[in-house]
Amino acid sequence: MQLRKSYFADVRKDDLHEIGQPRPRSDSPGHVTGKTAFFADRNFPGMLHLKMVRSPHHHARIRSIDTSEAEKHPGVVKILTAKDVPHNVYTILILIQIGPEDETVLADGKVRWKGEAVVAVLAETERAAQEAAAKVKVDYEVLPAVFDMEEALKPGAPLVNEYHGQNYYLYDSGECRKVRFGDVEAGFAGADHVLEQSYQSSPIEHAPTETTGCVVAPEGNDRFTCYTNTQAMFFTLDNTSIILQMPGSKLHFVGGTVGGGFGGKVDVIVEPIAILGAKLTGRPVCFIYSREEEMQISSPRAAEKVVIKDGVMSDGRIVARKVTGYTDAGAYSRHSPYGAQKGAGHYPGPYTIPNVWIDTYCVYTNRTPSSAMRGFGVTIGDFALEVQMDKLARLIGMDPLEFRFINAYRDGDMKAHRQPTEGAALIECMQEASRAANWPVAEKFMAMSSYVKGA
Amino acid sequence: MAIRRGRGVAAINYPTGMNLGGDPTQALVHSTPTGNFMVTLSSVDLGQGMKQIMAQICAETIGVPTDRVVVDTADTDTGPHCMGTFASRGTHRAGNAVIQAAREARQVMLEVAAEELEVNASDLETDGQGNILVKGAPQKSISIFDVALSAHFKRGRSISGRGMFLIPRSYPEKETGAMKPSTCYAHACTVAEVEVDDETGEVTVLTVKNVFEIGRALNPKMVEQQLVGGSWMGISHALYETTEPYYPNRDHGGTDFNQYLMPGPGDLAETEIIVLERPSADGPYGAKGPGEMCANPQIPAVANAVFDAIGVRIDTLPITPERILRALKAQAAN
Repeated sequence: MQLRKSYFADVRKDDLHEIGQPRPRSDSPGHVTGKTAFFADRNFPGMLHLKMVRSPHHHARIRSIDTSEAEKHPGVVKILTAKDVPHNVYTILILIQIGPEDETVLADGKVRWKGEAVVAVLAETERAAQEAAAKVKVDYEVLPAVFDMEEALKPGAPLVNEYHGQNYYLYDSGECRKVRFGDVEAGFAGADHVLEQSYQSSPIEHAPTETTGCVVAPEGNDRFTCYTNTQAMFFTLDNTSIILQMPGSKLHFVGGTVGGGFGGKVDVIVEPIAILGAKLTGRPVCFIYSREEEMQISSPRAAEKVVIKDGVMSDGRIVARKVTGYTDAGAYSRHSPYGAQKGAGHYPGPYTIPNVWIDTYCVYTNRTPSSAMRGFGVTIGDFALEVQMDKLARLIGMDPLEFRFINAYRDGDMKAHRQPTEGAALIECMQEASRAANWPVAEKFMAMSSYVKGA
Repeated sequence: MAIRRGRGVAAINYPTGMNLGGDPTQALVHSTPTGNFMVTLSSVDLGQGMKQIMAQICAETIGVPTDRVVVDTADTDTGPHCMGTFASRGTHRAGNAVIQAAREARQVMLEVAAEELEVNASDLETDGQGNILVKGAPQKSISIFDVALSAHFKRGRSISGRGMFLIPRSYPEKETGAMKPSTCYAHACTVAEVEVDDETGEVTVLTVKNVFEIGRALNPKMVEQQLVGGSWMGISHALYETTEPYYPNRDHGGTDFNQYLMPGPGDLAETEIIVLERPSADGPYGAKGPGEMCANPQIPAVANAVFDAIGVRIDTLPITPERILRALKAQAAN
């Protein structure tokens, strides 16, 4: 890594003692010698193992659940169904007033994605729990499912989630989060060229080394200690408190070093049911995702579709940009309404464009619920925006890097969401990239600055 | 049939912290009897080294070496509330809370030292080595070790502080979308070079040159790890990864690291990291959140390089050999 101190030299200081120093990480020796304790290193006498019975169908009505054979399986201690969960229908962002509650801890009457948790089996060993789970009989009536966002938004599509009532999240602004700035149609009308393109991604997995999980120990004082690899301690504790209708003071969450998060451990999934199991059995409980569960059951990054329509002048100025973004939330909200809305605040990218129209939709389909991941709400948008920038540059016969300089935002420029730009540094990054990659651009671009002229 | 070479560029920005704010983090700082400092948080270290960064921020603010600071975190019985480690918010939010708490603790520490030295607290400074000196008369000094002992056993003072950082929540205006998503943005520009085998559709990323503007590299070695790892993840996202290879079809999803494709060490490009620093107005010592941003620009840069190499666009991620061959076939048919 090279630090280029010549940029912004007037505002960066070198008068600090500890900051800016490459101090060795205090936890590295523990990591590399195997001494760092992770949550799964906790082991308690009498600890039970929790395994989930999961839906084999993408969308189905549950006619009946028969646990009688599973209960007789040697080693089985407790079997939990929806009726055992005090507040079974929840949504994690309810803590910041983003509802409605739309997801079940254990399926109640219906499953909405293949892999949804239906019955929890607690047994003396992992193997007994697994074997008993296979003996739970669930009678399903398979329902039509919808997997494609465009299909899901059509009238008459199967309804994925009754708690929403339609296959998209209803914002206070309506069916999507909107940004309106200038007059985008007038911009297109006056443009030398108009280019509309569509971009698509598939879900991806966080792929942490350590899978999602927790170990719960009932304490002598009627409290429960939950050793967890959640990325958010109180967020998980407070949601657990709601789901279990248990005062937060009864809960003690202990985290530590996590073996990779990337956004995959901010859903509140394993802790509430494991604590409920510990409460109802009085014994320690561990619930740890297998690698297969981590890959296909835990939330991936959402698939997204992004449609960008741009009006551009032959001299390189983008005069209008319309973006329609679709986030595939899967069957439940989790963090997706937040992520889709974040996209609305991110478009039209780090460029100053006088006419902007943005709609971002959070769409429900019968697939594994997606949720947060590194770059949430932005990564796929950046892929779409920056490929679109390349196409626009080639359309008007301009160098792609020079084209970006022409449109780059600078301090004081008004963004589409009506905040003046502050602390911009896109131009300087591109200047340094031009030098580092030996990709020359015209001298006038190398002389540009993010600073407001004369300020 | 040939190996074709191409080059692509992408430039991006990225917000620091939860979109629209409203995401608090608190910190507590106190000294032990012998002048070591405890930072108490409930933030989670995801392996990115958050504890180390919080220790350096606390040490800088109080004016002691980093090895005199211990971070106790991720325990809800002891640590005050943190919204969580996500949204590139850990360093920015928790760092600001630690600075506030450490400043309050430092003030008490200087007041006790002032009583011991019989001077005004405002006339004192720290040397960063564990001593408090009278400005302009450094021969008149006291160690922080002795100040802490005095505070505990003689003067009955608690060298401690409370810190809280909250960006007030912004609510988007319904019709116009007027809102304040974030208070500071990191930036990046990436140039990628690729080779594409137009017979097999295989893409080899040769070089990735990344320029990142991150406000302030609080620990250059640690941020380098994060930026290099992010750059690799970007390549992986562009060319390899998906849990649903034929999305929206649900079949063929990988269930382990054999089926779920990611690049191995031999597949990774020669990676260059260049850092620029434009300190942010509200960042701890100017820092912005680079954690997520650093994995984004490689994706479009690689996509644009693939086009530069073979003249067809793949607008669907990931850019697999299958998609490349189908696009080349469609191009030939036209």
